[in-house]
Amino acid sequence: MALQTPADDVLLHADGLVKRYRRTRRSEPFTAVDGIGFAVRRGEAFGFLGPNGAGKSSTMRMIACVSPASAGTLRVLGHDPAADGALIRSRIGVVPQDDTLDAELTVRENILVYGRYFGLPRRAVRGKAAELLEFAQLTERADSPVENLSGGMRRRLTIARSLVNDPEILLLDEPTTGLDPQARHALWDKLFRLKRSGITLILTTHYMDEAEQLCDRLVVMDHGRIVATDTPAGLIGRHSTPEVLELRFHPGAQSVMAEKLADLAVRTEVLPERLLLYTADGRTTLTRVLARNADPLTSLVRRATLEDVFLTLTGRTLVD
Amino acid sequence: MSTKTSGGERGHPPGGRTRLSVRRSARLVERHLMIHRHTPGVLVAEIFEPLLYLLSIGVGIGRLVGDVPGVADSAAGYSAFVAPALLATAAMNGAMNETTFNLLRKLRVDRVYDSMLTTPMTVWDIALGEVCWAVLRGTLAATGFLAVIAVLGLVQSPWALLVVPCAALVGFAFAAVGLAVTTFLRGWQDFQYIQLAMLPMFLFATTFYPLDVYPRPAQAAVACLPLYQSIQLTREIALGRVGPPLLVAVVYLVLMGLAGLVVARGRLARVLLS
Ligand SMILES: Nc1ncnc2c1ncn2[C@@H]1O[C@H](COP(=O)(O)OP(=O)(O)OP(=O)(O)O)[C@@H](O)[C@H]1O
Ligand SMILES: [Mg+2]
Repeated sequence: MALQTPADDVLLHADGLVKRYRRTRRSEPFTAVDGIGFAVRRGEAFGFLGPNGAGKSSTMRMIACVSPASAGTLRVLGHDPAADGALIRSRIGVVPQDDTLDAELTVRENILVYGRYFGLPRRAVRGKAAELLEFAQLTERADSPVENLSGGMRRRLTIARSLVNDPEILLLDEPTTGLDPQARHALWDKLFRLKRSGITLILTTHYMDEAEQLCDRLVVMDHGRIVATDTPAGLIGRHSTPEVLELRFHPGAQSVMAEKLADLAVRTEVLPERLLLYTADGRTTLTRVLARNADPLTSLVRRATLEDVFLTLTGRTLVD
Repeated sequence: MSTKTSGGERGHPPGGRTRLSVRRSARLVERHLMIHRHTPGVLVAEIFEPLLYLLSIGVGIGRLVGDVPGVADSAAGYSAFVAPALLATAAMNGAMNETTFNLLRKLRVDRVYDSMLTTPMTVWDIALGEVCWAVLRGTLAATGFLAVIAVLGLVQSPWALLVVPCAALVGFAFAAVGLAVTTFLRGWQDFQYIQLAMLPMFLFATTFYPLDVYPRPAQAAVACLPLYQSIQLTREIALGRVGPPLLVAVVYLVLMGLAGLVVARGRLARVLLS
């Protein structure tokens, strides 16, 4: 059953993967993931980006073997989730989008019991729990009920818990949503450390800086399909200009100005309060804008980010 | 039902290819034990309800009844007739409380199983683990009740110890069916329907009088009730009437439990693995 790809050591492979949900018994099935394909090699950090409802969590849940695929092939660690779910799950770590901590147990017991679900010996799991509590900076709270933890602490505990079985692949569904900036940066450091130790990271995020920081490669999903795959830098190079000039005019004047200045930029985008000019060299463009007596109220030259790519690819309007 | 395991590469815990593993199920029981470690009293609370029935109806009404056909010791009389039925009820309630009330909370509110299913635990393991735990609760309640009635002098022969495994069997049958039913419940309000079935069954399943007080057609209907079969089993054994006819009840309860388990596991998979 093992997939024969020793050369590049593909840990995760999907082809034509589909997830359909039946909302009620009678209704037509709803397609949340619509035939996606990707491959992840050992040691990579691979990200899923996409607006709400794009199908990121559905994909993650199929990889985690807690949601059966409706069609297509999926191989995790060379195994088929449909046949060897328990085997795969014993070798991966899962951080779901919503924390699923055991409310009836304390912080430490959550890790102990979770480790036991993996069949780890009691003694081993006790040592592991101490280590992971330290990792999550929760040692002081070890004996409090999880109900008393803040949202960020719960997140940290969920992540710590997912490491109890020394997973080869760690699945993180929006790991830092709800964390304060300090906690986010601390978590990034931890994820870097895990990555250096050889763990393959699969993550979804709504934070573009997070994706840029953490991911070697990423895919952008929209409406259940993959609309782009590349490195963060590659995506910016391919779908955006290197720089963006942001101009603000009097309210209501943005679209008039956009027409006037369109020839100065590769692409323009009109927002309610701002006009974006996508250009290779922001300063030169700004000089030209000023030479036309356009007189913006404010102007800002910045590097293009993944956010620009994301919004370009998936549109600015809320999908659902 | 095998515990064969594979994997174990790189020092990883064996994951196994099996869909059902007794060892994995035991880990769910371990979780419950960890929680109840702090509140052991709850575990025996279930003996009070049958005890109240025994003292009020068994002893009180027993005064009026006098001799009961089939009960040799007329001193114990009616109480000795009612006590095994209440013991079966204790096993039933002890087990079913776990797989109905408590389970609905774990399934819908605490969502305990969501995190279990990200580990090698399977839906089969969860179904079996919960039923085992419920059997444990039911057996504990029944054993506690047995100890109390022994002290009250209502146990007539050492054969009565056999009612403990019987209580486990009763617990198994009701726990599994309770689990299956719970997966269909939409919310707490639906428990009324369970009550609507359980209370009449408790009253009419020959708990307080023998089957032959009913007219013939009613006898056949009552004999189909699972609680009747449970009571039949415990009562006959407690009264020292062990014989082949009891196999009917044993087979009935085993089949009922297995059917419940299969339905429960299918339903749990639907609810948990969307
Ligand atoms: N269990 C389910 N039953 C029915 N529909 C579902 C289920 N889970 C997800 N969906 C639907 O599938 C679509 C994709 O959901 P999914 O959770 O995968 O999106 P997502 O990309 O993770 O979004 P978000 O960024 O908001 O977390 C949504 O329209 C959602 O309503
Ligand atoms: Mg999601």
